[in-house]
Amino acid sequence: MTTAPRRRTGRPGIAWAVPGLLFFLFFAAAPMLIVGYLSFTQWDGLSNPSWTGTDNWDRLWNDDTMRQAIALSLLLTVLTWLFQTPIALLLGVWAAGRQRTRALLSAIFFLPLLASSVALALLWKTIFDPNLGLNAQIADWLNLSSADLLGSPRGAFAAVLFVTAWQFIPLHTLLYQGGARQIPQSLYDAAALDGAGTVRQFFAITLPQLRNTIVTSSVLMVVGALTYFDTVLILTRGGPGDATTIVPFLMYRTGFQAFDLGYASAVATALVITATAVSLLLVRLTGFSKMRSTREGI
Amino acid sequence: MSTSARRRRRANIPAGAAAFLWLVIVAVPLYILVASTVQSRSSYLENGPLSLPGEFTLDSYRRVLEGDFPRYLLNTLIVTVACAAIVIVLAVTVAYSIIRTRTRLSRRVFQIFLLGLAIPSQAVIIPIYLIITELQLYDTLLAIILPTAAFSLPVSVLILVGSMRDIEEEQYESMALDGAGPARVLWQLVVPMTRGGISTVGVFSALGAWNGFLFPLILTQSRENRVLTLGLYDYIGEFRVDIPALLAAVVLSIVPIFTAYLFARRQLINGLMGVGGR
Repeated sequence: MTTAPRRRTGRPGIAWAVPGLLFFLFFAAAPMLIVGYLSFTQWDGLSNPSWTGTDNWDRLWNDDTMRQAIALSLLLTVLTWLFQTPIALLLGVWAAGRQRTRALLSAIFFLPLLASSVALALLWKTIFDPNLGLNAQIADWLNLSSADLLGSPRGAFAAVLFVTAWQFIPLHTLLYQGGARQIPQSLYDAAALDGAGTVRQFFAITLPQLRNTIVTSSVLMVVGALTYFDTVLILTRGGPGDATTIVPFLMYRTGFQAFDLGYASAVATALVITATAVSLLLVRLTGFSKMRSTREGI
Repeated sequence: MSTSARRRRRANIPAGAAAFLWLVIVAVPLYILVASTVQSRSSYLENGPLSLPGEFTLDSYRRVLEGDFPRYLLNTLIVTVACAAIVIVLAVTVAYSIIRTRTRLSRRVFQIFLLGLAIPSQAVIIPIYLIITELQLYDTLLAIILPTAAFSLPVSVLILVGSMRDIEEEQYESMALDGAGPARVLWQLVVPMTRGGISTVGVFSALGAWNGFLFPLILTQSRENRVLTLGLYDYIGEFRVDIPALLAAVVLSIVPIFTAYLFARRQLINGLMGVGGR
């Protein structure tokens, strides 16, 4: 690029980015390094952290609770993706059309998007109440003996999966709606001329054209599921037993209830490495970082 | 209507049915939420969550509002406004610099923010707790504001870089010919041209601050500095047997943000759809 010096006078320097960058590095990036350091220490939150070498990490590899937490987190992540993606994709593509009912429906659709996970988890905790909740009523109708969904390990896990899906599907629906809106109608017209049916059109045009959206949504979904915390704390407190103690909750329990902040830092570091690796992998695999347009070659 | 249009409409039938099903799944809990709050405690205990409220009463709202709720609301408002202001100022300057410097360094800065999207706040809450206590900010509203704003920056920078890309080079040039410096270009050209992006960023960071829970939970303690989400968490114990009041608190925490949504609907929806389309 050849730029005459005259033209450059109106340009800001990189210095304009410094305040924002420093602020971000101080509160988000530096803590990434500090948490790594803390994972090699013992710290109760009051005195100074004392260096204990790889003690925490040795303990981490042999900790059954941690192993189970990792397994639960991975299971929750995979099930979250399998549960939320088809629904959000279907709803998003549908909402991108021009139905008249859409405006009304979307107003209700997006309500869960506005509320905090605390508020929604509280609502669902009430609904799942074994004595007063909706499931008590349904169990009553069906003559079931137990309505204590949150009291059984599988039920509690399913409840976390469902409540988080209920909360986040609207967000992913919006992402897919935006993506689907940008697909040129001419592609569908051409396919229709070639005699492609609606199902073929979906798989031959809609899905490939939504590639970038699928990557964005999946990264958000996976990192989100690996870090679900609010919902678990309010809905199940990690229980019954350790049935819903996923990694972020284990970290909270270890760090801020047992005040074993050194070991909790090791758990957090493992979490950060996993989340970053997964999202980098997803981004690399799909070439998303190049910001390539799906419109190329049309 | 062309054949293709009819085909697309036909394709929408199964998806439309799924959408209707999902609507029911969303609407029933919301009905329970509102219906439970307008009945008395005894009526809720007798009839359960699905029933139509027999006698209409707003007493549950009174029970909530008489407590500490107004203080929580005020704290949340302060945190939300402060976060949105910090994020807008910092994200606009960062995005402006990234868009207009176009050096290797500015690309690096952009990449740092892109990578920052993947940092989960849960994973760094322990060092943030350390930093906040070292800064002697523990149990203040500032302890919530600073990290919340920092974690809103990456997505805000991403959105603003996207909308600043749409400004034509000629418009910059004509301002430069007038001898405008970078500050004047920002104020008279970039800010007016990206008003949509800026309001999206404002809405997003406000929503994040309003609904944030982890930072208040870990970084504050006293009742004076309690925000709404933490207050709701506390109500689990306080209103354990008073479900209408508990849910009334939930409704009251959503009403302000829902009202704001009615005004800023376009910014929120377009912003989200924009992220998905890029």
